[in-house]
Amino acid sequence: MEILATVLQSGWQALAEYLSAHVITCLVPAFFIAGAISVFVPQGALLRYLGPGANKLVSYTVASVSGAVLAVCSCTVLPLFGGIYKRGAGIGPAVAFLYSGPAINVLAIVYTARILGYDFGLARAVGAIAFAAGIGLIMAFTFRHGEKTKDTAIFDALDTSIPGGMQGWQLATIFLSLFGILVFLSANILVGAIISLFVLIWLLWCYVNRYELQAWLTETWRFTRLIVPWLLAGIFAAGVITAFVPEQAVSGWVGGNSLLNNFTASFLGALMYFATLTEVPIISALMKLGMGNGPTLALLLAGPALSLPNMLVIRSIIGTRKTLAYVGLVVVFATATGLLFGLIYP
Amino acid sequence: MNIKILGPGCHRCEELGNITKEVVSELAIDAKIAHVRDIKIIMEYPILTTPGLVINEKLVVSGRVPTKTEVITFVTNALQGS
Repeated sequence: MEILATVLQSGWQALAEYLSAHVITCLVPAFFIAGAISVFVPQGALLRYLGPGANKLVSYTVASVSGAVLAVCSCTVLPLFGGIYKRGAGIGPAVAFLYSGPAINVLAIVYTARILGYDFGLARAVGAIAFAAGIGLIMAFTFRHGEKTKDTAIFDALDTSIPGGMQGWQLATIFLSLFGILVFLSANILVGAIISLFVLIWLLWCYVNRYELQAWLTETWRFTRLIVPWLLAGIFAAGVITAFVPEQAVSGWVGGNSLLNNFTASFLGALMYFATLTEVPIISALMKLGMGNGPTLALLLAGPALSLPNMLVIRSIIGTRKTLAYVGLVVVFATATGLLFGLIYP
Repeated sequence: MNIKILGPGCHRCEELGNITKEVVSELAIDAKIAHVRDIKIIMEYPILTTPGLVINEKLVVSGRVPTKTEVITFVTNALQGS
């Protein structure tokens, strides 16, 4: 009975802490941005750069950063990964996309920066992009004697126009005002946020029709419904972890910044499954229990990108050898980056 | 008629499934709806982003949830085609 009370209390405390006003003010605009991205951004225009005929340099660059726009949950990442691998630019860009997606989507970056601090938010984004390109290139080199596809039809058929027939600059200003709201709210500059909001409303009034506006709101609500329940459960679990996991265990395994500490964090992170965004409160709880900065980043870099269930799906697409190579590379890269980050920020 | 919903189990795929079921029952068509969740089988169709709607083994839409009116058009077109 007493245990149950402690569980409820610690979970509840965590919820109260994470749902404070300053967290909500950054999450709400982020959900609207994610919704706008999926409705307004011409995905076809980006995907075309991941086709079999695209310039390799461009492919890798687009693959490493496009997760910010194309991926919000793993159910969109995996089919797209399969498509790029089998019909598109091949194993290198496919892996780059697979890796960077969960780490650099707008919700993940905003939430990481808000909860764990701006240095971790930035380190996560930069680390993920650099990793994605690096791991992709190594995979492409290692498995360079694979079959090549020449099936360009599916990529040629992509619709690259901006939805609703907007001009590029109109779309850009809409996103600029959305990010303005987010940034000003995070920095607590209310006047700036209100001005951005009015600019946004004016832009929407001029350039966006009712049908698209409705699609945007529907999509935003869809993301919220999809992610928030899991996030609440994750936050609750994080609170319970803080109450029940002994500090000695955490500091013993991942407390310092040794090679073993970083490897442990990377390896366990690679196996664990985190629903979108839940990695943040859980990692934050482990930090409170004494996890070092290096292992924290290592866990952040290896955790959301990989899990036992998604390894199985990846294996069914690219086979056992390539999957093992990919998992190994992620763990090695995450360990090395954690080690380096821990040296700079002890 | 043979209808397949392609999607590993995401929210949008369920939504497409529901819309399709509605259309089929409203138009009172004799159709079999299957939900394909195995990514290996999904990849056999020319699809990049899920969800996808396949009617009589032909992919008619992918990467977004079509409106109900669109699904009705797809289904009636397929009926006329066969």
